[in-house]
Amino acid sequence: MGASFDVAGAWSLAESVALRPEPFGALAYHYGTRRLSFLKSPVLVGVVRALGEHPSARDACRALGVDGERGPIFEALTTLADSGMIVPRVPA
Amino acid sequence: MRLAEHFSRGLDAPICLTWELTYACNLACVHCLSSSGRRDPRELSTSEAKAVIEELSRMQVFYVNIGGGEPTVRRDFWELVDHAVANGVGVKFSTNGSRITPERASWLATAGRVDVQISLDGATAAVNDAVRGTGSYATAITAMGRLADAGVRNFKLSVVATRHNVDQLDEFEGIARSHGAQLRVTRLRPSGRGAAVWDELHPNSEQQRELYRWLSGRGDTVLTGDSFFHLAPYGGSLPGLNLCGAGRVVCLIDPVGDVYACPFAIHERFLAGNVRDGGGFAAVWRESSLFAELRSAEGGGACAGCAFHDSCRGGCMAAKFFTGLPLDGPDPECVLGHGEDALRARPRTVPAARADHSRTRPRPCEDSPVAGIPAADLVPSA
Repeated sequence: MGASFDVAGAWSLAESVALRPEPFGALAYHYGTRRLSFLKSPVLVGVVRALGEHPSARDACRALGVDGERGPIFEALTTLADSGMIVPRVPA
Repeated sequence: MRLAEHFSRGLDAPICLTWELTYACNLACVHCLSSSGRRDPRELSTSEAKAVIEELSRMQVFYVNIGGGEPTVRRDFWELVDHAVANGVGVKFSTNGSRITPERASWLATAGRVDVQISLDGATAAVNDAVRGTGSYATAITAMGRLADAGVRNFKLSVVATRHNVDQLDEFEGIARSHGAQLRVTRLRPSGRGAAVWDELHPNSEQQRELYRWLSGRGDTVLTGDSFFHLAPYGGSLPGLNLCGAGRVVCLIDPVGDVYACPFAIHERFLAGNVRDGGGFAAVWRESSLFAELRSAEGGGACAGCAFHDSCRGGCMAAKFFTGLPLDGPDPECVLGHGEDALRARPRTVPAARADHSRTRPRPCEDSPVAGIPAADLVPSA
């Protein structure tokens, strides 16, 4: 359903997704697919929010001092891309 | 803390909630959760309902599940839907289809963040109408046809699983598919008028096993409203949160503004407050002593020693309560049969519904919630 995640690409939160802060991170609800997702850490929430402001996901992760190439953040972004929560964007 | 623990200890705002907008209904389904029929004169006014929507928006509640009664009989129904969407609160509403005119279907095709659920409890008129009333099958099918013709995609066909329709699941799936709709199957609760018919209508244990098998083969293509987590011991969780969200991540607002722990628990025992109280809905959600009690519940009571307690979590609170079983014991439909044993073992005192809005006698025409609806929309010609 979603696009396959590429850390070198430009991404942003999908327009039809609402992000709600929670003590564990955030809840994300997609009004198109009616899917609820859990962002299980505040760091991940920071990365997701920052995606739209950087030319690539890699740059967004670097700006926040986290590794987006592998590990939990990479895996979470891959899942969010698969489910259409984050979408590829044409870089500005 | 594990994610599931965050949910069982309650969030600062519901993920979603059910809002029964009116007790008025043009049908009289035998299993109605809210014992609907007559409008309650204390119903929230348009401006009160809009204020609730604005509060839900501030709390970032993602969406409301609007039901009733038949919510579309409220004259301000579409206005309230508009208001919710304009405030960023999504709407899923359940209807028997009687007010889905071709014009309304076209409007719905263009409305964003609005989801329609057509209720149907039999894949044939005979099975459906025995529960939902004469002509209700035809009404629902007509509404589905209008939605499909208008280009509404992926609306929901919502089925309550009963002893008489669980062998029709493939047929329901076919009806949904032929209308471009998605099937949703939920559990029959012994709530409201459902308390009186639950014994004869709820699927027997063999049927429950078959229902579980059927659903687990469908993955997330068939929705369940997370209502079958008590069946998880058959072989693992179905998709969903798989926990009782009552007062933790969901709740119910009734037509007069009373806030209950969940849509299946309209009873004093589960009443948390009223949106007309000083602090509004937010104060009820955050400060109610009932919700605090639900969020701190520990242990499994009589089920604590059961190897499957981790998967079924003791089942549904409302199902236990309205069959007269203790809340810390097994679900009446416990897959190990402990619920059936408990039901047989004790003289059952079934709690009465708090508010019965059932129609007991024919009413004068001017009081009809369906006054003004063209007859053709209520009883479609064959």
